[in-house]
Amino acid sequence: MRKVDCRSSDFLGTFCNVALSMVIVVFFAMTGRLHAQTQNSVTASDSTATRVMACTACHGERGQGSRDDYFPRLAGKPTGYLYNQLVAFRDGQRKYPPMNYLLAYLPDSYLREMADYFAAQQTPFPPLPKPDVGPQVLALGERLVLKGDDARHVPACIACHGASLTGMSPDIPGLLGLHSKYISAQLGATRFGTRVPIKPNCMQQLTTRLSEEDITAVSAYLSSLPAPANPAPAPAGSLKLALTCEGLETK
Amino acid sequence: MSKPSLPKKHRGLQIATSRSMLCLAFGMFALVQGARSQDAATIAKGEYLARAGDCIACHSDPGNKPFAGGRAMATPFGTLYSPNISPDSTTGLGAWTADEFYTMMHSGRTRSGALLYPAMPFASYTKVTRADADAIFAYLKNVPPVHQQNREQDLKFPYNNRNLLLGWRTLYFKEGEYKPDPSKSTEWNRGAYLVEGLGHCSMCHTAINALGGSSKSEAFQGGLIPMQEWYAPSLTSNREAGLGDWSIKDISDLLQAGVSARGAVYGPMAEVVYNSLQYLSDSDIRAMAVYLKALPSTGDTTAPNEVQTQDRLRLAPLGKKIYVAQCAMCHGVNGEGKGWDFPPLAANQSIQMSSSVNPIRMVLNGGYPPGTIRNPRPYGMPPFAQQLSDEEVAAVVTYIRTAWNNHGTAITAQDVNALRSAPLN
Repeated sequence: MRKVDCRSSDFLGTFCNVALSMVIVVFFAMTGRLHAQTQNSVTASDSTATRVMACTACHGERGQGSRDDYFPRLAGKPTGYLYNQLVAFRDGQRKYPPMNYLLAYLPDSYLREMADYFAAQQTPFPPLPKPDVGPQVLALGERLVLKGDDARHVPACIACHGASLTGMSPDIPGLLGLHSKYISAQLGATRFGTRVPIKPNCMQQLTTRLSEEDITAVSAYLSSLPAPANPAPAPAGSLKLALTCEGLETK
Repeated sequence: MSKPSLPKKHRGLQIATSRSMLCLAFGMFALVQGARSQDAATIAKGEYLARAGDCIACHSDPGNKPFAGGRAMATPFGTLYSPNISPDSTTGLGAWTADEFYTMMHSGRTRSGALLYPAMPFASYTKVTRADADAIFAYLKNVPPVHQQNREQDLKFPYNNRNLLLGWRTLYFKEGEYKPDPSKSTEWNRGAYLVEGLGHCSMCHTAINALGGSSKSEAFQGGLIPMQEWYAPSLTSNREAGLGDWSIKDISDLLQAGVSARGAVYGPMAEVVYNSLQYLSDSDIRAMAVYLKALPSTGDTTAPNEVQTQDRLRLAPLGKKIYVAQCAMCHGVNGEGKGWDFPPLAANQSIQMSSSVNPIRMVLNGGYPPGTIRNPRPYGMPPFAQQLSDEEVAAVVTYIRTAWNNHGTAITAQDVNALRSAPLN
């Protein structure tokens, strides 16, 4: 058998040269790649999860909430609600300087992506601290949450936020997995008009009918409830709302 | 009954008349259309120039209607409220003439002749040409009018006396449109016109003194922005944000996209890119980059003193530990960063400047670069104020300022603590 000799014919010579060049090119491409890998040590992935690390530093890696009273759970809340809050923080209708600062120069489309991301997170509810109130306060809270107060035209929370209190798509938030102090601060801010919901805005009207004691009781009771069996918000339009908020929209 | 017809000799006249009427009507129509398209072109040009001047940022209260004014601006002299520049006839610019608008831009005097407070950058806007000022005015006359009364300015004595501004103007204001430098390229001159004029970059990038003025001889040499507690880096020193060793592409990316391979904009500059620079044309951005890159290099940083060297030796090991655990996944073990997404920290001028205000604030408060047309989904820096102690922030900032041949100096826990209460908006 004749050995293949590159010098033996023009054709073979060309073939061998081309093959050799290809081997060299592939070799350099591979080492080049290896070289690039050793040069760049960044491990963060190109994903929405990486893009929202500025959020998860406080709200938990998957938006589950944190031990801090005022960094609420975001995971699984209805996307429309989350989007409205992001817009309100960006534009200053809802005031909390660290949030206003972070979102100030982000476009709607990106805020929508962030809202969708956290709405889609399914993650366990972390345990909450036991509210530091007596049984009478919890009983008042339970009554307001489950039954409301007809005499004062205060509807039950479950009338709009769902029997399981997980909210309703797309705009009504779930009320579980939140610290008592956070809920109380939001109800207070809504009552005093410093938290102005974009839509629906019936909460402001409603909170003006609540006393300080009512707010403490409702917040304590809600934070004492266990994680819901099914954390998903009720489907859009599945609840007949206690208040017709639509006619009261401010925006 | 049939209509009596005109005598034959008059018929020709009738046809001729209708023809000439038709021609006349068509001519008028063409004229009106021509004027309209000219108006539309002027208004479009004015909109572009108003963006270059970033009028909307100060003359709108966030969340409220644009150009209605009312934005509170804290200054060391008291609080100023921007006026309504929408075309409302009683509370805005509705009754102004183009002459009055030009006089205001050019000489810093209101319609009534009163002197403007220099929060309005008329010391820069004076360089704007008459034609450009007219176009901006045409645009502002065409935005939706908002009826909103201007708020009284809330300045402390004696600054509430506008006549005192005469002194300020003598020191810091030189009236006059931009004069092109014939020894430089058209592109450089366009860049200079935009940077020195509508862009009013020197409002922040030149140190502001106790009188609220900035000296021409210190132009673009950087300074702490009063009340906001962000440091606007020098645009002339290569050791700060001096752009001498940046490529034109990187400068252009930074200005237009808000991010570049060399670093990202943050703090007050994020607002400038978001409201203004992202909308400028590629050629104008390039012209600004050419001009900025050509600014003469000045200044140098001093070598670290003994205390700073001791602080560095003490803090750097803790800083490195925190860096590896918290920062390296995005900025890289060697501070190399990655493209537009994660700014490099090695050789990043903005973290090594004599002023350590910006890197401390970025670690405490985090921040997103602006979401722009070219980079609508920016990666964001997480805040660490809630997680790291003053000592830990001092350690990690000292580490990034001194590792990888960075020539910054060590900082202290006190430096960090002082910025925990810095305003965020």
